[in-house]
Amino acid sequence: MTQRFVTRGFVGRRRDDGSADIASRTPPGQYITKDFPVLSAGPTPRTPLEQWTFTIQGLVKQPVAWSWQEFLALPSREWTVDISCVTKWTKLDMRWRGVSLDTLLEGAEIDDQAAFVIAWSDGGYTTNLPLPDVLNGQAFVAYEYDGAPLAAEHGGPARLVVPARYFWKSAKWIRGMRLQAEDQPGFWESLGYHNRGDQWREERYSGD
Amino acid sequence: MAHSLDWQLATVAGVHDETDAVRSFSLTLPAWTGHRPGQHVDLRLTAEDGYSVERSYSIASEPERSPEVDITVERIPDGEVSPFLHDVVIPGDRLEVRGPIGGYFVWEASQPGPLLLVGGGSGVVPLMAMIRHRARAGAMNPTRLLLSSRGPGEIIYREELDRLSATQDGFQVAHTLTREQLPGWTGYARRIDEAMLSEVLAPIGREARVYICGPTALVESAANALVRIGLAPSRIRTERFGPTGT
Repeated sequence: MTQRFVTRGFVGRRRDDGSADIASRTPPGQYITKDFPVLSAGPTPRTPLEQWTFTIQGLVKQPVAWSWQEFLALPSREWTVDISCVTKWTKLDMRWRGVSLDTLLEGAEIDDQAAFVIAWSDGGYTTNLPLPDVLNGQAFVAYEYDGAPLAAEHGGPARLVVPARYFWKSAKWIRGMRLQAEDQPGFWESLGYHNRGDQWREERYSGD
Repeated sequence: MAHSLDWQLATVAGVHDETDAVRSFSLTLPAWTGHRPGQHVDLRLTAEDGYSVERSYSIASEPERSPEVDITVERIPDGEVSPFLHDVVIPGDRLEVRGPIGGYFVWEASQPGPLLLVGGGSGVVPLMAMIRHRARAGAMNPTRLLLSSRGPGEIIYREELDRLSATQDGFQVAHTLTREQLPGWTGYARRIDEAMLSEVLAPIGREARVYICGPTALVESAANALVRIGLAPSRIRTERFGPTGT
């Protein structure tokens, strides 16, 4: 459809407060919510913290595995970011604490061949990201949300957060990352969702 | 799946009230490639000045009815889209739609074995696509729907579910009403819990495939209870909606 279709009788509510700032932070096709909706494909996994590890494997010189206590001891910082879910909600100024992927990957020493990160989670979920999209402060593993430990239904004890991509890329219940030379579509990426998922380009589904 | 999901101009073929606050819309699509039960569509509304909004809606109808697709929409009083759909849209209107979307929360009659469907409120919608498809395909696999609704007037698809339940093809519906029951109500009268799930599951067994759709709290508690009962987490598929589904 080259010409824009107009829906008969639709006016819409526009941005509630008319703020240009909020409008400029709302990706196409999204609406602002103040809730924190939950979406996942199966039951919420619960791994006891004493059994929890975070590993980095694949094309690294030094595979690493942190226990929960070791992970908490890594340098962390607070992040305030806007999050967009492919189901259309966007939530502004979400406040997390976590560890930058830069910090995590530093410890493992990435091999020059590595070009993609496959994040994997309890329950078997995976998602893929090009390495350049998660370095330099663009992604972190969060274990606190809004000043409290991250709730299990929101991905606790720890989840990946990649604010510049639709939220399915922010793998809940993350347990590790594998570095690869080749790309490999993850769970939703194999089920018709976009391989990159950039919300500002509205890359929702395969072919967008 | 290299093809892109293009927007299509659907024509509203019919409008049908399910309850006071829930209405179904039959959409005829010009280039529908068919769907699998459990998938959804995206809907885009655009105002004169170009302002537009998008929402996702589960498909309620069975694929056998393609290229007609039903969506069932609950009217959220302070919502932006559902009041428009309820109050403005009439047969003959056209709406921009694309899909089908989602390939995980799907069930097809070619998948054998017992089936447990658990729905809360309008979470029954994608499950209804599975139930209708199952009936249409003549499947006889043991199937249960446990449907949680607030009150007797809020049970979506009630007559159709009761009719399908009476056909003796292996499908049975169990209702629970969480807030209001009329005298003589014989169904459950509490929130879904482990005991209720055990009872509904007993005749079909723990090897059942499970699909749960509803508000987050219901999905969380039902999925967790089923894992405690002993079902493999890999057999349980969930779809949730928070309080923001407008």
